[in-house]
Amino acid sequence: MGLPSTATLVVILVTLPLATATVLFASGRQPRTLILAAALLLACAALALGVNVQLEGISVHPIGGWTAPLGIHWQVTPSGTVMLVVTALVGLAGAVYGTGYFLHRAGPEGRMARVFMPLWLFAWGGLNALFVAADLFNLYVALEVMTLASVALVALSARRLALQAAMRYLLAGLFGSMIYLLGVALLYGQYGVLDLDALAAVMDPQDPGSRAGAVALTVGLLAKAAIFPLHFWLPGAHGRAEPPVSAMLSGLVVAAAFYLLLRLWFGPLAGLLNFGVGAMLGTLGAGALLWGGVLALLQRRLKMMVAYSTVSQFGFAMLVFPLATAANRDAVVAGGTLLLANHALAKAALFLAAGTLVRASASDRIGNLVGFSGRARWAWLAVILASAALIGVPPTLGFSAKWLLLQAAIAEGAWVWLGVMLGGTLLTFAYLGRLLERALLDPAPEPTRPPLLTLALLLPALLLALLACVLGLWALDDDMPTQWIPGS
Amino acid sequence: MSLPPGTLFLLAAALLFAIGAHGLVTCRHLLRKVLALNVATTGVFLLLVTLGRSGTAVDPVPHAMVLTGIVVALSTTAVALGLIVRLQRQRP
Repeated sequence: MGLPSTATLVVILVTLPLATATVLFASGRQPRTLILAAALLLACAALALGVNVQLEGISVHPIGGWTAPLGIHWQVTPSGTVMLVVTALVGLAGAVYGTGYFLHRAGPEGRMARVFMPLWLFAWGGLNALFVAADLFNLYVALEVMTLASVALVALSARRLALQAAMRYLLAGLFGSMIYLLGVALLYGQYGVLDLDALAAVMDPQDPGSRAGAVALTVGLLAKAAIFPLHFWLPGAHGRAEPPVSAMLSGLVVAAAFYLLLRLWFGPLAGLLNFGVGAMLGTLGAGALLWGGVLALLQRRLKMMVAYSTVSQFGFAMLVFPLATAANRDAVVAGGTLLLANHALAKAALFLAAGTLVRASASDRIGNLVGFSGRARWAWLAVILASAALIGVPPTLGFSAKWLLLQAAIAEGAWVWLGVMLGGTLLTFAYLGRLLERALLDPAPEPTRPPLLTLALLLPALLLALLACVLGLWALDDDMPTQWIPGS
Repeated sequence: MSLPPGTLFLLAAALLFAIGAHGLVTCRHLLRKVLALNVATTGVFLLLVTLGRSGTAVDPVPHAMVLTGIVVALSTTAVALGLIVRLQRQRP
């Protein structure tokens, strides 16, 4: 029996989450088996798509049979497929965790359980649409679907601080999309095309109009990806949201905006990526690594620390731009994509485990967390594995990604960026080490009546963290990632 | 002195964008911030439509984009207003 065709799988991946979410919203009921079946089906579809892409390579699917320039098409690229698969894994894990986490909430908090799953699926569908979209305007629409669902997810937590964080996130997100749309308008006015490949063919790097467009697109996406100094909205939104929400936002939504930056700068805007632009983007990354890392080190609340860690880790990803040259383009893009995949799995695991630990300890202060005992052990194990992946201990996926970038830096003799990378890794080690040290050597006493930690609260985080570690073995061979995820 | 066609619209688009961006930064009230964002977005829409008509024939693609953009702007404004209402109700 063969796998379904790529075209069928793409249609499933984009329409199934949106359709299921709409039905759930309209019916107002949350049949758990249906939700989990839909999530499982989506995960299987993404994995099957991954297999197909390995066999067939890049494929293009005109929607409704209309071809470019009039029609709109979806494009399945290797790096997009990596993101689709990672999204499916995190999406499934979050759905399972969410059904466990919101299970026994009654009263006003019961509302959370009712709207969590539809919003989760809306965000999932927006992400999938973004990873297969191939023209500037569809990317804008997918970004908006994703952002609106994310804002609503943050606002699920009815606490005032969370609502304020959601509002700030919405304003920052809308500002980002407006600037992005301005870039789309400038480029369309210049060239009259929206399709990424068609734009790459006609792009003139010397033209001031295309430069202005590129700047607008980039600034808009930097705001959405929370790249320093436009990161101000992220820690509050991610730190104060409910744990499964933080997992998706930190792991996937930010990564999607960054993925789009990669897609544009190594696609239509590649001609504009010179030494100066690379150095500027890299400097922003270095600032993010430092600022996010130091603030993560200073946080007293567990989830705020993990949120600042996201700011810092995306600084790492920004180093892709100064390191890229014509010769190592494939390796650097593969490294960047693997970095996003590793961060998505590890950070989602970390947030899910953090939610479990906070529930077990009835406090989110790092000093009050329960120790390595009872069922909380499994959550701590997930934290340890996810930390290893974020730091980049071999053989995790984080190691493979950082290794690809390190090799590029060494080959070019880019010692400044090499130093930034090592410094960032040390900072990551410092704040995650501080967390583990506080908890394992100086734990708080167990609460007298510890809440029941069900499998749904423990397994998803553990499996995601394990995947981040084990997938590194697959990518350990230097040539593998470059062959499997060629830059395009 | 005759200006090239569309100059007036381009200037108006720039002006709208500038007013909106200014409002977004300076206004303290959330409702005003949302309105400012809408004004700035209108500037971007005007730019898109103007660029669509500068050729010999009218290009329909920017119109389709603006139409979609208006729907998106409407939805985002609705979400923003909903959030503001909930924030107000929570005010101690």
